[in-house]
Amino acid sequence: MSVVQNKKYRDRQKRKDAVISLFIGIFAFIWLVPILWTFWTSLRPYEDIIQEGVFSRPDTLNFANYVDAYRQMEIWGYLSNSFLVAIPAVILTLFFGSLLAFVVTRYSFRFNLYLLLLFTAGNLLPVQLVYAPLFKMYIWFGDLVGNRNILYDSYIGLILIHVALQVGFATFVMSSYMKTIPKEISESALVDGASVFRHYWSVILPLLRPPLAALSVLMTTWIYNEFFWAIVMIKSDSKRPITSALGRLQGEFVTDFNLLAAGAIMAALPTLIIFFILKRQFVSGLTLGSTKG
Amino acid sequence: MTTTAAGPRTRRRRAFSKGDRFTLAMFIGIPSFLHFVWVWIPALLTIGLSFTFWNGVQLSNIRWAGLANYETIFTASPQFYDALRNNVYWLLWFSFIATPLGVLLAYQIDRRIRGHKIYESVYYIPVVLSLAVIGIIWRFMLGPAGLVQVLLGRPGIEEALPIFGNYDINTYVILSIASWRHIGYIMLLYLAGLKAVDPTLREAAAIDGATEWQTFRKVVLPAMKPVNIIIIVITVIESLRAFDLIYIIYGTSTGWPILGMLVFTNIYGQAASMLGAAYAVILFLLSITPIVFYLRTVFQDDKP
Repeated sequence: MSVVQNKKYRDRQKRKDAVISLFIGIFAFIWLVPILWTFWTSLRPYEDIIQEGVFSRPDTLNFANYVDAYRQMEIWGYLSNSFLVAIPAVILTLFFGSLLAFVVTRYSFRFNLYLLLLFTAGNLLPVQLVYAPLFKMYIWFGDLVGNRNILYDSYIGLILIHVALQVGFATFVMSSYMKTIPKEISESALVDGASVFRHYWSVILPLLRPPLAALSVLMTTWIYNEFFWAIVMIKSDSKRPITSALGRLQGEFVTDFNLLAAGAIMAALPTLIIFFILKRQFVSGLTLGSTKG
Repeated sequence: MTTTAAGPRTRRRRAFSKGDRFTLAMFIGIPSFLHFVWVWIPALLTIGLSFTFWNGVQLSNIRWAGLANYETIFTASPQFYDALRNNVYWLLWFSFIATPLGVLLAYQIDRRIRGHKIYESVYYIPVVLSLAVIGIIWRFMLGPAGLVQVLLGRPGIEEALPIFGNYDINTYVILSIASWRHIGYIMLLYLAGLKAVDPTLREAAAIDGATEWQTFRKVVLPAMKPVNIIIIVITVIESLRAFDLIYIIYGTSTGWPILGMLVFTNIYGQAASMLGAAYAVILFLLSITPIVFYLRTVFQDDKP
């Protein structure tokens, strides 16, 4: 009897699922429209649209706007600024995060939990609470050492604030991962009388490869996409990362929107490529932090 | 078992050698120094400065203001209430529309409906885009000569309807754009949580004749409690933090004021007051509750 009921249930469910799938599919298409439209705009010459309207059948479709955007907007310079900031920031964040995670999970100091709490809370603070005094501190420190641009308007200053904010999240993710590693693994190192540094470097660090991979993908996109600190701490246009430069380019090329579309697509490409190639790492990085394994 | 458990504990209590003590001090000290000097000290300074008047130039110019800045905000700044209202709209919209849609999407995709892999990626694409890019993309949709303008029959640049400047609709427009990103983010977080729910539970409920909605409410939702709290917290924090999208659409003008923007525009201006700092503190006070909830949820197993 249950077999018959089961079949009936399954049939009904199948029909329902088809409808749901169709519905979500239609929405998925709507979801893509803005991106497809931007891409479509980026492939057409400006004159075409002005003369024949946006919906006209295109006479020409090519990547000329990309070449122009690359030249006129100096996209490459901004892109390399982004990487000059993001890559060292991610490496430093992960390094510091792994150090802290190692200490708080392998040694039972009394302050461990409080340290972890403060770091995680610091990561969640509204950035607006931090920026004005930090800005002053950067200027002040610059004047103190005789070079105003040592932290303010420099990659170093931008990298350090990213590291300072993100290290809490990295520590949190890696320490929850390390709690799943049995303590016995550390024992052999301790029996051998290995130093704390060797214990970290040769025993723990190699084990942290999965969260390190996940976090590096996630944090690269985060820092690459970051906007607030880049507009606050970088004054020179030539040092701006791409996301904050887009704000200015948008004003300058406001009428030439095909060029702007090409620029926006190029700015989005690195994160899109990272996402499609390393989707698994990306997703696990995000979920490691939020659901604790 | 007891011996192995006691073994490492006694060994860990051993005195550290000088070198080890130095290493440990560095391991904790360097990241902590960076974090506290860069994040917590400025945060505390902002709180302190919110009770002062200062033009931000010379330290000797700081004058005690008491609650004057807060008084100005609460009694003489209509902008503050506009911004607060917009942040509340943002929060309500995210809480009752965007987040539930993301959860619903995750639930359906988790049931492996046809095309679930493609759908998952599609809905997630906006999440990896920066808000600067999102702002530009939506300008192409809604701005002059944008797709929506064409569909409304106004393809020319001069005849375009002002959408971002139209106060009757711009709130909905902005929140829809923000949701375009938020829904995918929530979907992904929820999907990860759902994978951990035992699928036989759901099947059993379905065979017992429970409807889809009953299964979701009575079986799935209770099993997802930690994820639910995190998603609620993320929704609240994101609503308070909102800044990038507004900046890219309106710049520092007050086209659609929100608290995050008021901190930014008021920080050193306004007759040498510290209004911006006071705005930042208000933002901070509003964020404390969700932050504490978050910490309590993720650290609940670690209570000393």
